[in-house]
Amino acid sequence: MNVVSANIGQPVPRIDGFAKVTGQATYAAEPHPPGLLYGVIVNSLIARGRIEAIHDEAARAVPGVIEVMTHHNRPHTALFEKSYVDGLGVPGSPYRPLHDGEIHFNGQPVAVVFAETFEAAREAAMLIQVDYERWPHNADFDAALYQKYMPSKTRSNYVPPKTRGNASEAYALSPIKIEGRFHLAPEHHNPMEMHATTVIPEEDCTLTVWDKTQGPQAVQTYLASALSLSGNEVRVRNPYVGGAFGSGLRAQHNVFLAALGAKMLKRPIRVTLTRPQMFTHVFRPEAVMDIALAADRDGTLQSIIVEGVTDTSRFEHNMENLVIWGPIGYKCPNATADYKIAPRDTYTSSDMRAPGAATGVNLFEMAIDELAWACGMDPLAFRLHNYSEIDAMHNMPLTSNALREALLQGAERFGWNGRPPAPRSLRDGREFIGHGMAIGIWDAMFSPTAARARLTSDGRLHIATPASDIGTGTYTILAQTASEAFGIPIDRIDIELGDSTLPECPTEGGSWTAASAGAAVWLACQSLREKFLKALAKSENTPERIRQSEVTLTEGELRGVRDGRREVFSLQEALSFIGEASIEAEETAKPGLRGKISEMRKARFTHSAVFCEVRVDEELGIVRVTRLVNAVAAGRIMNPKTAASQVRGAMVMATGMALHEESLMDERYGRFMNHNFSEYHIPSHADIPEMDVLFVDEKDEEVSPLGIKGVGEIGMCGTAAAIANAIFHATGKRYRTLPIMPGA
Amino acid sequence: MRNFSYSRPGTFDEACRVTEHTRFLAGGTNLIDLMKSDVERPAHVTDLKSLSMNQIEELPDGGLRLGALATNADTAAHPLVIRHLPLLASAILAGASPQIRNVATNGGNLNQRTRCHYFYDPDMVCNKRSPGTGCSARGGRNRIMAVLGTSEACIATFPSDMCVALAALNAMVNLHGPEGERSVALRDYHRLPGETPWIDNVLQQGEIVTSIDLPSVSFGEHYTYLKIRDRLSFAFSIVSVAVGLEMESGLIRRGCLALGGVGTKPWCVPEAEALMKDKPPSHSLFRDVAERILEGAVVDRDNAAKLKLAPRVIERALWQAAEGTPQSQTCKTIR
Repeated sequence: MNVVSANIGQPVPRIDGFAKVTGQATYAAEPHPPGLLYGVIVNSLIARGRIEAIHDEAARAVPGVIEVMTHHNRPHTALFEKSYVDGLGVPGSPYRPLHDGEIHFNGQPVAVVFAETFEAAREAAMLIQVDYERWPHNADFDAALYQKYMPSKTRSNYVPPKTRGNASEAYALSPIKIEGRFHLAPEHHNPMEMHATTVIPEEDCTLTVWDKTQGPQAVQTYLASALSLSGNEVRVRNPYVGGAFGSGLRAQHNVFLAALGAKMLKRPIRVTLTRPQMFTHVFRPEAVMDIALAADRDGTLQSIIVEGVTDTSRFEHNMENLVIWGPIGYKCPNATADYKIAPRDTYTSSDMRAPGAATGVNLFEMAIDELAWACGMDPLAFRLHNYSEIDAMHNMPLTSNALREALLQGAERFGWNGRPPAPRSLRDGREFIGHGMAIGIWDAMFSPTAARARLTSDGRLHIATPASDIGTGTYTILAQTASEAFGIPIDRIDIELGDSTLPECPTEGGSWTAASAGAAVWLACQSLREKFLKALAKSENTPERIRQSEVTLTEGELRGVRDGRREVFSLQEALSFIGEASIEAEETAKPGLRGKISEMRKARFTHSAVFCEVRVDEELGIVRVTRLVNAVAAGRIMNPKTAASQVRGAMVMATGMALHEESLMDERYGRFMNHNFSEYHIPSHADIPEMDVLFVDEKDEEVSPLGIKGVGEIGMCGTAAAIANAIFHATGKRYRTLPIMPGA
Repeated sequence: MRNFSYSRPGTFDEACRVTEHTRFLAGGTNLIDLMKSDVERPAHVTDLKSLSMNQIEELPDGGLRLGALATNADTAAHPLVIRHLPLLASAILAGASPQIRNVATNGGNLNQRTRCHYFYDPDMVCNKRSPGTGCSARGGRNRIMAVLGTSEACIATFPSDMCVALAALNAMVNLHGPEGERSVALRDYHRLPGETPWIDNVLQQGEIVTSIDLPSVSFGEHYTYLKIRDRLSFAFSIVSVAVGLEMESGLIRRGCLALGGVGTKPWCVPEAEALMKDKPPSHSLFRDVAERILEGAVVDRDNAAKLKLAPRVIERALWQAAEGTPQSQTCKTIR
């Protein structure tokens, strides 16, 4: 590797790539301690009711079966419901696995079989029969809409919509208007790695928990609380995570049940969910948005009215920031929005990649496109005319906003100019060709994060922060940051992530890790560098000629100059002068440059402009996405290679949202029926064109200490709408329900 | 998966000695999945892979014989198949994924089970999986289910692409059983569900598919396999059509047509095929053919889209065949 080019901003290949492709990276289901027991979960057949009896005799008779754990025989857990609240802070009554015999959702764990082999555990699990008393349930979203409500206590990150002007009056008076109900089907996260936990009871009576999670410290706190353990009895590790997309934000039942099993049996336990079981917990909520928009004849937006509903469970009030994106992103004098949640007897819906915005931005951008067309305006020109430079809902300036540049550069790269305005004007053989576009917007978040940097006598720099690399490239960008901040080649840096015992760090999610952990590592390395150079200058053992010179540290080498003569010496030598085996510094990054900027006075967003070409065989209902261009304004880009990969991945997921992905709820049973990769269709290679991602220059010294905004989610926002809007341009037909499938 | 015993016999006679709780294993791409899902619970698995049935050879009359153990990938790539039966190669390549086709066999393709969501989920009642329990697909999420050949007891589709082409090509299936050998027309091989949907085909206990015979055809470039699905690769069909036309001086001398994705078995209607005899290709003819073949279709809660799409797909496929522009399975543009 060319060490010179490893600084921030360089396209450094993933430093963990080799470990991953050679199988040396340890995932949650891979530690194999002696005496490991395999736990297989038995799921509820019904959506609501009560367990009358569990017949486990046949299961217990299977050779190798050690125990069948149910609500009857499980060990003691925390008494109070509030002990089961996890870090995500969804209001309501958290689901408590195996707490009692009541069934709240289809697929709820009702028993766990523990056996010496996975095969025995699975066979036994299939032999368990459960008798239920069935209670009426509702899993139908349309029916749930009649019970929509606003919970008295909202999620901590919920942004209530604010009204400005008089939207209904402006709507009535405006000459050009559109209105409609837009809908998104429920989706499941489906990371490649399924949820899994390996719990290892250690000799000192502590538990080491390898869990698939985005927040090892959150899981540690949850387990300690829910299992009534003290915090230092549990250590949670997740050095490698095979994708999560938000499914690892909350501690899932696998980790609770594995730890409970270890507590019961005093043996190492592994619990891995199957792919069908991945459809028994979190999912992106189904959503409807009733959108009414109005404009003047010159295409000036006059009214925005949005009413949105997403679904939640009967026991928790999951909420999304669904309806705010139009009122924030467009400078419209009159805007109002309303949001509610609708309960069904399912597990609680949860955050999935760009929660709220993936749904809310895409559906809103589909509506905006309808209005642009009604105004007789080019969709790009309409957006350039109406987008807001500030957060129009809160009337707050932004730390930066390069959306205009993104729109212009994206259009240029795509070749938008010259697009014939009318639908059905481009044709090749039997296919209509359509060009569509949309704006993307997502929060640029920051969470206080700590990191530790340590220089050791072998001349290596060790960085530790419990941030999680969920497959995004965090290891690599943190190594780049440390390399530049300390002045050492990247191949002499070791990064340690994903361990609850490391300094404090928030759960990975919301695209804040790059900005937050990056800043923490930067500060820790700078602090270490200062401390190190100071100690070197002070130490008695440092040769006089060095002490008296201006010492510089670059590329892992120290240089001093005396009498015009250059001296070069190594980090190892320097440590020996100081007389320490290692030297360490820890810092916590706070919002703004070294914590001085108030984040309250300005709003912070990532923006994008997405352009799409589709080809549609109208008669057969076949849509092919043939080009996608995404121009992203996300502040400083740490690594254009991993960043572009994040955006492309999200664009694939958004293509799924537009055309393929739908979890099919059979409301008679309350179960999602297409619970495998054969029938839950994520896009295949054939569905994905060459994707062009460009990053627009955006200097932002306020958004976060390093000027970074994060790129994990922005690729979701706008892409699905750009596809739907391109389908309109191709065919002249508006689809208001995603996904758009053959025969729609 | 439940415990089972396993054997790998070296002779047909040995292999045929089975009980009703035996399942034959070839590529395993479907059976092993079903065993993991607790849908199939064989007491014994007889692995056929030691039997020599992987030949692909020309028959004296110019037709082809495909060994039951030849893989889908080897079959689709075989020079004889490409030269004589490009329709079959095309249909095979429209199915599954390269990884699956590398392992899945021709015999296994005939005997694969439905992908009905409710069949695959042992928590759901299903007459095909557990006789007499009922059908939860009816009235449920049945976008992928059949509209032709259904019964009160079952609306599951037969999922194969390859068999749709085999039906259009009037293949014969050669069987070896305890009672000796026999041959069955592919079109008669799969059964309608009726009141016994758990019986997928005419195989008797202990009978093994040994090979598939394909008569020689002279379609030239006048064939196509057109498959419509919910993503462009690696998905079962919503509607698929296999067509072969024998054309002579602008007239269709013989038309062979089969549908996939819409029926409980590969769907052929000889009367519809006969409509084309000695006629020139025309919109009205192809519309009549589509109408005739879809006669009696019944939709349920979610699968009306199939009936909307099917006539259009049939007509498009017939035009592709008539014009000698067969559908490519790599370029996804549909002409």
